[in-house]
Amino acid sequence: MSARSVPAALGADVVCALEGVGVTRDGRRVLAGVSFALRAGEVAGLIGANGAGKTTLLKVIVGLLAPDAGTIRRATGGVGYVPQKVLLDADLPLRARDVVGLGVDGQRPGLTLSPTRRRARRAVVDEMLAAVDATAFAEARVGELSGGQQQRILIAQALASRPRLLLLDEPLANLDLRAEQDVVALIGRVAREQGVGVLLSAHDVNPLVSVMDRVVYLAGGRAACGPTAEVVRSEVLSALYGSRVDVVEVGGRIVVVAATTEDAHAHETDQAVASGLAT
Amino acid sequence: MSLGGLIAPGFFSNGPVRAALLTGGVVAVVTAVVGIFTVLRRQSFAGHTLGEVGTTGGSAAFLAGVNPLWGFVAIALVAAGAIELVGVRRPRQRDLAAGLVLGAGLGLAALFLYLGSVTSPASGGASTSILFGSIFIIGPSMVSSIVALSAGALALIALCGRRMLLVSLHPDLAASRGVRLRLVGAIYLLALAIAVSLAAETIGAVLATALLVGPPATALRLTRRPGRALVAASLVGVAAVWLGILLSYDSYTWPPAGRTWPVSFFVVALVLVFYLAAQLPVRRLRARPRARARGEV
Repeated sequence: MSARSVPAALGADVVCALEGVGVTRDGRRVLAGVSFALRAGEVAGLIGANGAGKTTLLKVIVGLLAPDAGTIRRATGGVGYVPQKVLLDADLPLRARDVVGLGVDGQRPGLTLSPTRRRARRAVVDEMLAAVDATAFAEARVGELSGGQQQRILIAQALASRPRLLLLDEPLANLDLRAEQDVVALIGRVAREQGVGVLLSAHDVNPLVSVMDRVVYLAGGRAACGPTAEVVRSEVLSALYGSRVDVVEVGGRIVVVAATTEDAHAHETDQAVASGLAT
Repeated sequence: MSLGGLIAPGFFSNGPVRAALLTGGVVAVVTAVVGIFTVLRRQSFAGHTLGEVGTTGGSAAFLAGVNPLWGFVAIALVAAGAIELVGVRRPRQRDLAAGLVLGAGLGLAALFLYLGSVTSPASGGASTSILFGSIFIIGPSMVSSIVALSAGALALIALCGRRMLLVSLHPDLAASRGVRLRLVGAIYLLALAIAVSLAAETIGAVLATALLVGPPATALRLTRRPGRALVAASLVGVAAVWLGILLSYDSYTWPPAGRTWPVSFFVVALVLVFYLAAQLPVRRLRARPRARARGEV
């Protein structure tokens, strides 16, 4: 069953519902008729090629861009958001712990001087660091951490305000395969343990197949949405990309292989390298 | 050399020296605190621009018979407003606009200083004090104004410092949390305008940037915590200013003799020395794990 039908009101476990959302930027229609719903504890992959509108859609859901059609409803309690390509410079005077602390109260004016509130903040920070397995490098300067470690800290930062919806823009970009697997596993665990609905964008479906409950595919300004098993199929993906894409199962994992384009080589090579490293 | 030998007789009992130590110390703290965010926001060019147009305001104030500080503050506020408008609307044109405005401003400063020297030939040192500071001739009446402006700038930073840290992670991230980027940017520019004006009054309009970004850049090498970075930058700034004042006082007996060397020279030189010194140990520490990793392979 596809997830196209949006509940009239947000159900108790629905954290985000889009209906017929359209976006125009610089006079160009970027997205049209995007509808899907996301529930607490679910992980949805927002998949599409570069320029398909993934970042735009995430910004619209966060509220940084206004849609010009359709409705967006979000559960109360705010949104955790990690933008694309967050560059944490080595000279940033922030420990990993300080970044998570900014997730607690970074938007507030003034200083936090009350010891009670400082203790409360510290407790939340420690909890979030533990939730993303980052306690070991909590005291390190955040700019000196690896890409995967930084992504963990940014996720902890986004979770610190206890949102019910977590939006991650290309959290796997520039990660090596091991870090990618770690972050993906973490995202699945965070969704279950923290009870948040996670929507994360990626240009490649492969790393996410193991963790996704739902896919939102963007191509040609439109979206195909549904459970992973229904959308991650040869016919659907082929239609979406406009070229032949095979979905095959290897060792219990779904492997997506573009069969004809140059991309296909990249995918196959990546896959070969991945299995080579895993064994 | 003993401390007694370093500190020339009469240093602490000298009125202008005391005023210079007080105002210089306060200004060093303000510029360091504001400067941390200048470095994080990569706006040292904005700071430099405000300092240079300050010469126009300072020389205009001198011509009008007002303390240059008020000229620095007035023109810096106008320039900060212009930077805010230009920066938001046409980021690509910002460099060009800044360059043109700077050129025009310095041209006006030259005219004002010329007119000032013609109308009151006695005050020939005005151009030097506007360009390179006048920490020893700050009158007692200015001390309270300087302290008040400093408190104002620090209050502005206290108000939006945490939000600026969030913005330094990523502007979109901050915006998603309800931070109003333009408002925070405008508050910061206001604090920057005050800090640069104070630095212009003490070590000179054209040298203000050195005090603004030097101590913070040094501090960012030394610590990884935001609170400590603020404290370290303040300490480095105060050390540079106070040592600069001391050396300048001492230089009275140095060749060519009979005059003190400019405080600003010592302050800027010390800022540079501290910055370079902070580079050395950090590099060595960073090299070690790499060497160890190589050893294991």
